[in-house]
Amino acid sequence: MNTRRHSTGAPMFLRMLARAAVLRKGTALSALLAIIVAAAAATAMLNLFVDVQTKLRKEFRGFGANIVVEAKNGASFTHDSLQQIESAVGEHGLAVPFAYAVAQTEKDQPVVIAGTDLGLVRKLNPWWAVSSWPNGTGQALIGIRAARVITSDGAPFALRYQGRTIRLSPAGTVRTGAGEDSRVYISLRDFQSWTGLQPSVVEIAAYGSPAEISSLLATLKADLPGADERPVRQVTEGEANILGKTRSTLLWSAVFIVCTAALCVLATLTGWLYDRRRDFAIMKAIGASDRVIALFVSGEAAVLACSGALLGFVVGTGIAAWIGRVNFHAPVAPRLDILPPVLAGCLVVTLIATLLPLRLLRQIQPAMILRGE
Amino acid sequence: MFVRLVYESFRRQTRRKLLIAIAVTLGAAVSTAMIAIAIDIGDKISHELRSYGANLVVTPADDSLDVQIGSVDLKPAGGALLNEADLPKIKGIFWRNNIVGFAPELSVNVKVGNRDATLIGTYFSKKLKFGTQEFTTGARSTFPWWKIEGVWPTDDSNQVLVGQKLAAEGGIEAGKEIQIDGKAYRVSGVFSTGGAEDQQIIASLSVAQTISQQPGAFRKIFVSAVTKPEDAFARRNPDSLTPADRDRWYCSPYPQSIAYQLQEVIPHSRAEQIRQVAQNEGNVLARIEGLMLLITLAALFTSGLAVSAAMATAMFERRQEIGLMKALGAGQFTLSGIFITESVLLACVGGLVGFAGGTFLARKLGYAIFGSAISVGPVLLPLILAIAIVVTFAGSAAAIRRAVKYDPVHALRGEA
Repeated sequence: MNTRRHSTGAPMFLRMLARAAVLRKGTALSALLAIIVAAAAATAMLNLFVDVQTKLRKEFRGFGANIVVEAKNGASFTHDSLQQIESAVGEHGLAVPFAYAVAQTEKDQPVVIAGTDLGLVRKLNPWWAVSSWPNGTGQALIGIRAARVITSDGAPFALRYQGRTIRLSPAGTVRTGAGEDSRVYISLRDFQSWTGLQPSVVEIAAYGSPAEISSLLATLKADLPGADERPVRQVTEGEANILGKTRSTLLWSAVFIVCTAALCVLATLTGWLYDRRRDFAIMKAIGASDRVIALFVSGEAAVLACSGALLGFVVGTGIAAWIGRVNFHAPVAPRLDILPPVLAGCLVVTLIATLLPLRLLRQIQPAMILRGE
Repeated sequence: MFVRLVYESFRRQTRRKLLIAIAVTLGAAVSTAMIAIAIDIGDKISHELRSYGANLVVTPADDSLDVQIGSVDLKPAGGALLNEADLPKIKGIFWRNNIVGFAPELSVNVKVGNRDATLIGTYFSKKLKFGTQEFTTGARSTFPWWKIEGVWPTDDSNQVLVGQKLAAEGGIEAGKEIQIDGKAYRVSGVFSTGGAEDQQIIASLSVAQTISQQPGAFRKIFVSAVTKPEDAFARRNPDSLTPADRDRWYCSPYPQSIAYQLQEVIPHSRAEQIRQVAQNEGNVLARIEGLMLLITLAALFTSGLAVSAAMATAMFERRQEIGLMKALGAGQFTLSGIFITESVLLACVGGLVGFAGGTFLARKLGYAIFGSAISVGPVLLPLILAIAIVVTFAGSAAAIRRAVKYDPVHALRGEA
C-alpha cells in the first residue's frame, strides 16, 4: 500500500488508464469495436487490393499464350534454341512448341497437321473442348471440322506427307471455334519421326506483370536473333484494360469503406470524450495540468488504437482469406507489411478524434463544467 | 408532449445528432454506391471484355477445311461463301442490342509486286441499314487492338492497309502506291495486330470481292457480342428442350443462343463461339462479379457496425437525461418510444441524404472508371432506408434497453 501511495509518474498513469478502461467498459468497448471494424475493413481491402492482381492474372492466363516466338522465313527451331526458350521461360510460364505441316488425307484433301506436347497444350489452352485427350503414340486429337472429313466413325485413318504415310487412331475431337477445328494434333515425337520437321512456333503463357513479360520478351530477343518474338496484343491489351478497371473499382470501394469506418471512429470517440468532460474537470480541479490531461487522453487513445488495430488486422486478414477462398478458390495470403500502415492509420484517426474535442474542452473553466453548464 | 420531447432533443443536441446523422449518411452513401457497383459491374466488365474482340464466328455450313499455317492460307480457291446482303439482318436478331459489332471477311491470295501475300477484305466502319435502324460496324469495333500508323481507309475507297511486317520487308509506307495483282492501290496506313495479320493486306470487302471476282460474297463473319457466362443450361441442345425451356434458353444472352440466332438469320451458315474468348470471358466475369459482391457484403457489414458503434456511444451519453425523465415519471414504454422515434428519424434523414450522395458517387465513379454512368435504380431506396433503420436501431437497442433499466438515482448522480 505504502509504495503505491507514494508512487507518482508512470505507475500512477498506467493505473489511471487501466481503471478508466474498466470503469467505462461499455463506451470503451463500443469505441474499440469501431476501431476494430475500421482496421479490419482497411486490412481486408488492402490485402485484396494487393492480391487481386495475382489472382486475376491467373484467371487471365486462361486466355492462353501471351507471347509467340516464331522462326523467321519458314525456318524451324533447333533442339538447342528450343531449350534456350524453355530455360528463359523457366518457372515463370509455360512454353509449348508447335510444328506444322500440310498432309493429304486418303481422299487427297489437304489438312494441317500439328505436332506438339499435348500435355502442355492442355494446360496452355484450357478453353479447348476436348472429348478425350490422346495418351499414347499413334493417337491423334482431331478438330471437329477435320473429323468430318477424315474419319466419320472413329476408325483409324492414314495421312500422307511427301510420300510417307502414317496411320493414326483418333483419340478424341477438339472444338474451339477457330483454326484448331480444321487441324489434326499429334504428339511431337510421332510428328518428327513421320515428317522429319522441327517445331517452328513456340507459344508462351508467361505469368507476371507487364514489366516481367516485357523483360522476358527482351531476353528471348537477345537469345534468339533468328526468331521473331511478339506479344499477343489481343490477350495482353485486354488483360491490362480489365485488370486496371477492376483495380480502380476496388481502390475506390476501399477508399469509401475505410473513410466511413474512420469517420465512425471519429464520431464514437468524440462522443465518448465529450461525455467525460466532468472527469477532466475534476482532474483539472485537483491540480492536473492541461498537458497531463492531454497525455492521459492520448495514452488512452493510443492503447485503444493499437489493440483495435491488432484485432482488426486479424479479423481483416480472415475476411480477405475468406473472400479469396470463396471467389478464387485460393486463400489470400496474410500480409504482415499491411500491419504498419493500418496501425499508423488507426493511431492518427484516434488521436485526431480525441485531441480535437480536448482542445475545445480546455477553454472551459472546470468550475463551469462541474456545475453542469 | 411526445413530439415536443423529440423536437427539443433534436434542437438542443444539434452536435450529437449531427455526428450520428453524418455517420448514418456516410454509411448509407457507401452502401448505395457499393450495391449499385456490385449490380452493374457485370454489365460494365462484359463491355470491357469486348476489348478481346469477336467471340462468335459465322462460317458457311458446308465449308471445306481451313488450310492455314500462320499467315499463309493454302486453301484451294472456291469453297462455300455467304451472301453480303444477309449481313444487316444480324441487327434484327432477338439480342441485337448485345451485338457490339461484326466484321465480314473474305481472303484472297494475291501477288504484291512479285511476292505472295494474303489480302483480307472486311468492313472498317461501314454504315449499314436494317429497316429504319442505321448502324456502323466493322473491324474497328471487332478488333480493337489493331493499331494503325496512318489513317483508316473508308469502306468505299480503293485504299488498303498493309501489315507491319509485310511493309517492312517490301519497303512499303503509308501514302505510297503498291501493285496488287498488277493493279495500283494506295496504301493509307500500316497496321500491326501482333498476330498473323501483320504479314497480310487489309482492304475493304468490295476491293477483295473485285480482286477475287466474287461479287457480294464473303467467307466468315466475326461477331462481337455481350454475353452471359454459360452454364449447364446454356449447353443444352435447344431442339431437345420443352417449349417453355426453349423460350428461356432463346431469351438468355448465352453465347450459344446468340450463335443460334445468327445461324437463323444468315442462310446456310454455321455460327460458333470462339471458345478462347467466349469461355474465358465467362470465367473472368464470374470472378470479378463474385469479388465485388463479397466486398459489397463486407462494406454493408462494416458500415453497419461502424454506424451501430457511433449510435451506441451516443446513447450511453444520455444516461442522465434518461434518469431525469424516469425520475419525473416516464415509463419504459414512453422512454423507448422516444429513443426509437429519434433513431428512426435519424435513419430516414441519413438514409435519404446518403442515398442521394451514393447515387452521385456511383455515377461519378462509373464515368471515372468505365466512361459510362452506373445508374442507381429507385428500387434501391427502400432497401437502403430499411438497412439504415435496422442498423441505427440495432446500434441503439442495447443502449436503450440498458438505459430504461437504470436506477434514476444512480444515473442522476453520474454513477451508472
